Amino acid sequence: MESKEHTLSILVENTPGVLSQVSRLFSRKGYNIESIASGTTEDPKVTRITIVMNGDDATIAQLAAQLRKLLCVISVKVLSTEDAVQRELVLVKVKADTKDKRDEVLQIVSVFRASVVDISRETLTVSILGDENKACALMDLLADFGVLEVVRTGIIAIERGIRTIYEDTKESGEFNYGKNVL
Amino acid sequence: MKIRATQAIMECLLEQGVDTVFGYPGGTILNVYDELYRYQDKIHHILTAHEQGASHAADGYARSTGKVGVCFATSGPGATNLTTGIATAYMDSSPVVFLTCNVGESTLGKDAFQEVDITGIAMPITKATYLVRDPNDIPDIIREAFAVAAMGRPGPVLIDLLKNVTALDVMIDYEPLPKEEHQYYGRLADLRKRAGWDLTPPAPNSDDVDKLVELIAQSEKPMLICGGGVVRSRAHEEFRTLAEKLDAPVAITVMGGGGFPGAHPLTTGMLGMHGSRSSNIACDNCDLLIAVGCRFSDRVATEPATFAKQAKIVHIDIDRAEIDKNVKTDHHIIGDAKQVLQMVNDRIPAYQHPAWKEFVFSHRPAAPEESAALTPYQIIRTLRELCPQDSIVATDVGQHQMWSIQHFHFDYPGQLITSGGFGTMGFGLGAAMGAKLGNPDKTVLHMTGDGCFRMNGQELATVSHYDIPIITVIFNNHTLGMVHQWQNLLYGGRFSETDLNFAPDFVKLAEAYGVRGRRVTTRAELADTVREALDLGHAYVIECIIDTDETVRPMVSAGKPITEFLLE
Repeated sequence: MESKEHTLSILVENTPGVLSQVSRLFSRKGYNIESIASGTTEDPKVTRITIVMNGDDATIAQLAAQLRKLLCVISVKVLSTEDAVQRELVLVKVKADTKDKRDEVLQIVSVFRASVVDISRETLTVSILGDENKACALMDLLADFGVLEVVRTGIIAIERGIRTIYEDTKESGEFNYGKNVL
Repeated sequence: MKIRATQAIMECLLEQGVDTVFGYPGGTILNVYDELYRYQDKIHHILTAHEQGASHAADGYARSTGKVGVCFATSGPGATNLTTGIATAYMDSSPVVFLTCNVGESTLGKDAFQEVDITGIAMPITKATYLVRDPNDIPDIIREAFAVAAMGRPGPVLIDLLKNVTALDVMIDYEPLPKEEHQYYGRLADLRKRAGWDLTPPAPNSDDVDKLVELIAQSEKPMLICGGGVVRSRAHEEFRTLAEKLDAPVAITVMGGGGFPGAHPLTTGMLGMHGSRSSNIACDNCDLLIAVGCRFSDRVATEPATFAKQAKIVHIDIDRAEIDKNVKTDHHIIGDAKQVLQMVNDRIPAYQHPAWKEFVFSHRPAAPEESAALTPYQIIRTLRELCPQDSIVATDVGQHQMWSIQHFHFDYPGQLITSGGFGTMGFGLGAAMGAKLGNPDKTVLHMTGDGCFRMNGQELATVSHYDIPIITVIFNNHTLGMVHQWQNLLYGGRFSETDLNFAPDFVKLAEAYGVRGRRVTTRAELADTVREALDLGHAYVIECIIDTDETVRPMVSAGKPITEFLLE
């Protein structure tokens, strides 16, 4: 089956060991996580984890099913690129030790609507917010100057429109049933 | 009221109706054992020879009684010795609460003596793990742990208590709470609120049931699979009604043993790798396959792509994650087997499928011939004839396990105790002890091989000390039989490291533990010995010498379609 990129949004209880419980399911199946981002939600007791990974549809469905079984997992949604807005923050430290180079970098930065968050005599640190393509294009151009280091937050995603991760579908009802039935 | 934290542990166990626990003490769990000393008239503790034995005993107790088993162990090696037992329970969905203690808060994470991150280790082999750092959490966590272990798809749960949490001067608030009320308080109430779960299992989807009823009406060649879910939910009566109403052949998986009467005219016996000819052929030819509580493991659906290729596959399971995991299905119903089957039974008329049944049962093999030689079949036949029909059979893993499942007839859930998913050699003796303690009125047979018996045979010390009257039957072929069989068939007869012809003298070994033992080589000797063992009322070890080249038949190779028999 065709392997493609999937984004999984996972709502979990904010308790110790949750992240390792979630991530071990991926390693167990031998899948590599492309990116993982985690942070609290409007409810401080709840954390939302966004994971991007490659796999075929059946594998993703099985992974989502196994995730839903974990007691700490509240809900899981597989988001498609069409239905969801995706964002990632990337920080790039680029070498720019002359005025000309700095000017040139600043120009590129402004075209990309990125911003400079730190500047020194030798370097510029650029931050860019966007989807993966935008960050890649920027890094490609900055590569000419010498990229010293890059750090990415990992992709976060949210569904377009009124739909949310809290939706109770027939499927999630079935999962809660299988999970425990306390 | 204020009571000691350790006292709260015992009170919480009593709330759950626990009267028997298995375990092994050690440094960090000393406080808990000190409290147990005070509770010894209410909670009966069985001290095993090894933590692994305790884990299997708690598992065997749970499987045979349907209650939650309880097992104690100390930190570090005590805890890691449980892991094989935890994984065994996890793979076969057996409800067991494992309680371990860890080093104290001040030394946690500092590689202290006998420290190990057991909650981390046990994470992938439990339904949930709990690390208790605050003594006030004890009642809530124990109540949650028991609920999680028993409900939905059952399974093991691990609670790890830090030593300082159990210190004898730690007092906590404890209010007794009947088991039915647990869901309304503390963490369980939070969990329910959060997920909208309920203590009473929600009814299966009525439309899903109707769709199955429709599929049944259209089917001319229906077939049923009785899986472990039928046993765990004690849905044997509902399953039997369905089978009889459908007039359909029933294949029984290893875990499904006891879910459907083994001698019922509708059963085709085991299915899959060592399945009967009629089971496998029926599965290949049916037009509707209704699998109840089974997960289509690689030992059943040896080749998932061609499994039941002509059939619409309907999967009834409590665990949504099992649907389409191994075999792609056409329809599923999520729910407790007992409830789902009841709904289905209420909605279908009685059917007749004489031609289909005739086709399926024409592949039933003739019963093996009578012989005076001590063959595996003759051993089991003898036991079947002499032991009460409701005897519980606990097995180890390998050839003797397959023979036992093929030739014994199991009639009720909990009658067969076997490690089907994890295939744990050394499971049987501990499991048999647990089963006997949970069912003192029943005869308990422990079927084992010479390889398996060596793995946890030291539990004979426990059997002897507590005078647990189980009958151990060793199939001694002087080899690791199942591996030997594969080597013979698939590895050109290169018997790499499977020769066990240097075994200890099992009879003397049994005697050393204070258990009577006898070696037999003929059927007549065996019959005498079984009679003697049944009359004795204490543990007995019977060593049956069998031929090294005995095989489990039929056999389908791993990864091959189930009708491609390597051995008939």
